[in-house]
Amino acid sequence: MNEVLLRSLTPSVLGILVRRGADFAAAEDAVQEALIEAIRVWPADSSPSSSSQEPPVRDPKGWLVTVAWRRFIDATRADAARRRREELVEEEPAPGPAPGVDDTLQLYFLCAHPSLTPSSAVALTLRAVGGLTTRQIAEAYLVPEATMAQRISRAKRTISGVGVSPAQAGPRARGTFNQPGDVATVLRVLYLVFNEGYSGEVDLAAEAIRLTRQLASAIDHPEVAGLLALMLLHHARRAARIAPDGSLVPLAEQDRGRWDTEAIAEGVEILQAALARDRLGEYQAQAAIAALHADAPTTEETDWVQIVEWYDELARLTDSPVVRLNRAVAVGEADGPRAGLAALATLDASSASSVSRGHPVPRYTAVAAYLHERDGDLTKAARLYAEAAQKAPNLAERDHLTRQAARLNARLRR
Amino acid sequence: MAKYLLLKHYRGAPAAVNDVPMAQWTPEEISAHMQYMQDFADRLEGTGEFVDGQALAPEGTFVRYDGEGRPPVTDGPFAETKDLIAGWMVIDVHSYERAVELAGELSAAPGAGGKPIHEWLELRPFLTAPPTITE
Repeated sequence: MNEVLLRSLTPSVLGILVRRGADFAAAEDAVQEALIEAIRVWPADSSPSSSSQEPPVRDPKGWLVTVAWRRFIDATRADAARRRREELVEEEPAPGPAPGVDDTLQLYFLCAHPSLTPSSAVALTLRAVGGLTTRQIAEAYLVPEATMAQRISRAKRTISGVGVSPAQAGPRARGTFNQPGDVATVLRVLYLVFNEGYSGEVDLAAEAIRLTRQLASAIDHPEVAGLLALMLLHHARRAARIAPDGSLVPLAEQDRGRWDTEAIAEGVEILQAALARDRLGEYQAQAAIAALHADAPTTEETDWVQIVEWYDELARLTDSPVVRLNRAVAVGEADGPRAGLAALATLDASSASSVSRGHPVPRYTAVAAYLHERDGDLTKAARLYAEAAQKAPNLAERDHLTRQAARLNARLRR
Repeated sequence: MAKYLLLKHYRGAPAAVNDVPMAQWTPEEISAHMQYMQDFADRLEGTGEFVDGQALAPEGTFVRYDGEGRPPVTDGPFAETKDLIAGWMVIDVHSYERAVELAGELSAAPGAGGKPIHEWLELRPFLTAPPTITE
């Protein structure tokens, strides 16, 4: 049994339990236990040649629903204090209509509820929507399993109090998820899973793409499509992005022959369909920039003028200093390093307040170093690269910047 | 989410407000201090923010390579070493502000007279994994 296929059943199995009247937190625990049980007992390879005595599972979803429901009842019975729920589970559950797209969508909204911190929303989404085990999530984020278990159960407690309670809304409200958040918060969570994942047993980038793809099939929204396109276009470069020694390869130096052309084609197609809807958003704009890079056969052939235009759109949509920093890089390529430095100077002035609080825009100094090098001021560039390395928020970037400083210092000594 | 190291110094940090050596406390005050530290760690596990915590012996050894075929050279401990780490705690929190808040709470651990030590703790961010999307 393919584990990813198995996990893709998580939202609908959870949806069925909630519709039968289980509360979200208990149902989610029961589904998690059923998934762990499935991984344990199902043959890893259910083809006839498998030596396992276990027969292939013909109806994985039915199996999961049965096991999860039994676990839910066991857990509820064990808790004698909760009499009301016990009465509920004594009733034979009605088969009910097949839950579908709506349940899945509600689940995404619930797990990304604005009352949750981003890290809690990420953890809960990976478990309740993604079907990952607590252990896998803990490993992926390099924290102890007990800590991750607490983070998830706290998140569930937080969202159990949101929205309309069954008592307030009457019996009809039972069997549905609570009030949802909005699409933007869901996308933010999926973006974080994709962009800030560590490497572990679980490929979080691939998982983020799977979850965004699943969301895109449940809701027709240009920004969902935009995020999916953005992820695919960046994922396509992954093989070229990391050198065999683990160091980062900047975009300009990547072997473009190693980019995944299939992923690029899919990303571009999804993006074009989204842009045609004429409801631009930040993910579509970011994806458009990634698509322009993907489209260039060589660095030199990159359409920097168009990229600057997209950064202008992005700045209108978000006005984030990071966007203006990246815009300065693009301006430097389109109109020369002097123009880039001028663009950087405007950022300098407008972000002075955040700089003075000790939270400068990340990579500001690295960008300044790059533009000064292209402008021919190697001494200043070398100094700025070394300074940027000191401020780098991650090891790969620090090592890259240190090498840049070393490269220039060696040239200056000659 | 960001990981931070909370460093507790035997030596090398500015003096605490309630700066009395532990040996001068009453046994009850020592117990109260230990309990506070344990409760703090337990509470952080409960909030999903605890990663690790360890205490270190004050006496350490300096070791260096001494060339092919030779055993490493050891030296120390050096009384003049300025910076001496007493222990650490690793936390995983959603913001720098939260890390500062927690360090402040840990620094309030009770000492002599049952009053907060107001000890200086050093807060150091971990270097993270590189983000995928940068441009």
